Amino acid sequence: MAKTGFSLEIKGLHVSVESKEILTGLDLSVRQGEAHAIMGPNGSGKSTLANTILGHPKYEVTDGRIIFGGKDVSKLETDERAKAGLFLAMQYPTEIPGVTFSGFLRSAMNSVQGRTEKRGDLLSVVEFRDIVEEKLKVLKMDSGFLERYLNEGFSGGEKKRAEVLQMMLLAPKIAVLDETDSGLDIDSLKIVALAVKRMSGPSFGSLVITHYHRILRYLAPDHVHVMLGGRIVRSGGPALARTLEAKGYGWLRERGGPRRK
Amino acid sequence: MLDFRLKSLEIFRRKAMPGWGADLSGIDFDKIVYYLRPQDRRGRKWTDLPADIKRTFDRLGVPAAERQFLGGVGAQYDSEVVYHNLRQDLEKRGVVFLDMDSGLREHEEIVGKHFGKVIPPYDNKFAALNSAVWSGGSFVYVPKGVKVKVPLQAYFRINAKNMGQFERTLIIADEGAQVHYVEGCTAPIYSTDALHSAVVELIAMPGAKIRYTTIQNWSNDVYNLVTKRAHAYKNSAVEWVDGNLGSKITMKYPSIFLKGRGARGDILSIAFAGRGQHQDAGGKILHLAPETTSTIVSKSISKDGGRATYRGQLLVAKGATNVKSNVRCDALLFDEKSRTDTYPNIEIKEKSATIGHEATVGKIGEDQIFYLMSRGISREDAISMIIMGFIEPFTKELPMEYAVELNRLIKLEMEGSVG
Repeated sequence: MAKTGFSLEIKGLHVSVESKEILTGLDLSVRQGEAHAIMGPNGSGKSTLANTILGHPKYEVTDGRIIFGGKDVSKLETDERAKAGLFLAMQYPTEIPGVTFSGFLRSAMNSVQGRTEKRGDLLSVVEFRDIVEEKLKVLKMDSGFLERYLNEGFSGGEKKRAEVLQMMLLAPKIAVLDETDSGLDIDSLKIVALAVKRMSGPSFGSLVITHYHRILRYLAPDHVHVMLGGRIVRSGGPALARTLEAKGYGWLRERGGPRRK
Repeated sequence: MLDFRLKSLEIFRRKAMPGWGADLSGIDFDKIVYYLRPQDRRGRKWTDLPADIKRTFDRLGVPAAERQFLGGVGAQYDSEVVYHNLRQDLEKRGVVFLDMDSGLREHEEIVGKHFGKVIPPYDNKFAALNSAVWSGGSFVYVPKGVKVKVPLQAYFRINAKNMGQFERTLIIADEGAQVHYVEGCTAPIYSTDALHSAVVELIAMPGAKIRYTTIQNWSNDVYNLVTKRAHAYKNSAVEWVDGNLGSKITMKYPSIFLKGRGARGDILSIAFAGRGQHQDAGGKILHLAPETTSTIVSKSISKDGGRATYRGQLLVAKGATNVKSNVRCDALLFDEKSRTDTYPNIEIKEKSATIGHEATVGKIGEDQIFYLMSRGISREDAISMIIMGFIEPFTKELPMEYAVELNRLIKLEMEGSVG
């Protein structure tokens, strides 16, 4: 069966942070149009995976490949990966004082959409406003938000919404959401989950990393993976998430899941 | 005036070089040309300018006529007309805006009363030198209650005297008057003069408000040693907004003497020190009267081995009760080779004073760069963005066109510095 669309194929990925191996041979495949979830306890390497996909310099790929749209992107600069259609909603979005959220968003959209000053096709302030206002409504965010400095003084929930807003505006082919649900109250969680859900379709693939089962109730991923000791130890359908919720991760460890030294 | 010049020269000869700041041993006073007749200056041609200066003008998009002026070619340009209209409007309201030489001729009684009173020749060696050999600069007088809404820009006042190496500026805002004076521009100022030593005196009479904005980008071989000081009387406000880019060495500490009850002084400065540059800048506030308030915000960026020094002085004199002051200096270091130091000097002689002091030294965080890059923004743009954010408290105080220029300039500075 020939599959269409972009895919993110991770093969035998080993990643070290400060010479300590965190990912120990991870395999994963996410395709446009699919919704995936990765669950796993603290320290299993979930955030390392997320940051490595976008190429954070702290994470060193020692072996394996990250193939996106048929090309190995593991040597590409982070901005090139973003322009190719990858996105990461960060667990801890960094504060950047003095940079307004709106100015930043406009630069990001111009970059990702390949608009340049030279070509004279930069988004005008008006065009930009129209697009953003609509998305703000979906996320029930106030437009005053745009004039604030990037992530500075945002509450935990505001930061997460701001991440999802960026995802909606940049319209990636595949998005990784790193614990976007943690720190959200139930109302915010619903809003964020519905916004992610709205994006789903044949041209959007998602990889949701989470500790908790609750966001999965709203997102209903087709594929659930369990991560332990730096690799995927089990993959399954929605039923797997329910099993994990009931039984935790212990049974997977006892069944010989790899451990870190 | 001749007498004043001769006395000043004597003081200059006697005074020792300041030994506490940047390294000034490279100045050779015998090699400096102290005065050039305007017609000699105009002789320089556009084609004589060094290639890198011309290139920078191109990149900044400075209009051709303006470039010639900035390059010291001394041509007139179209804004002469704009300035002419502005001047007529100002004259109607009694505002004087002249070059210093004309000011001295046409308004001897006011100039004579205030010239050299805020910064006397014996203040420091370079103030003495300026007092002896000054030429050019501006004289501004704003009469009682007159509020000048348009920033007065030295930039418009085009003539060869404008960019003297020993400029002398005196600004007086009479009771309740308001004025904003802007000097400089972000395009690099090409100069064959090795030493620039200006003196700027501001006088804010009761209830007056003066803002003085400077953005300077000297070429990299210039010693820029400037004395700037303001006297602020009862309930007046003085603001120095001071941006220092370029030069080999800059030593500049705009100061405000808060002499009347309720006076306010604010100093906001940025310094950008690149390869081979030392920006030794800061601010000085003397609270000499009760209920005076002040803030000093200083931001510096050092890269490619550049050095930025913050040197500040805050004094709360005996009898100056209920003073409030806040000092903040933030330094951003680009690399291991670059350097930043902070010398805050705080002296408080009244217990009722409320003083805040905060200093930070930071690097551009890898996480910040990663965050921006993960949104498709290039490393170079990410770094410029972070820097622009860092100096945003400064930029937002600038007239729009200067803020835009400064943005472009910072971008330009970043080019090639990123691998």
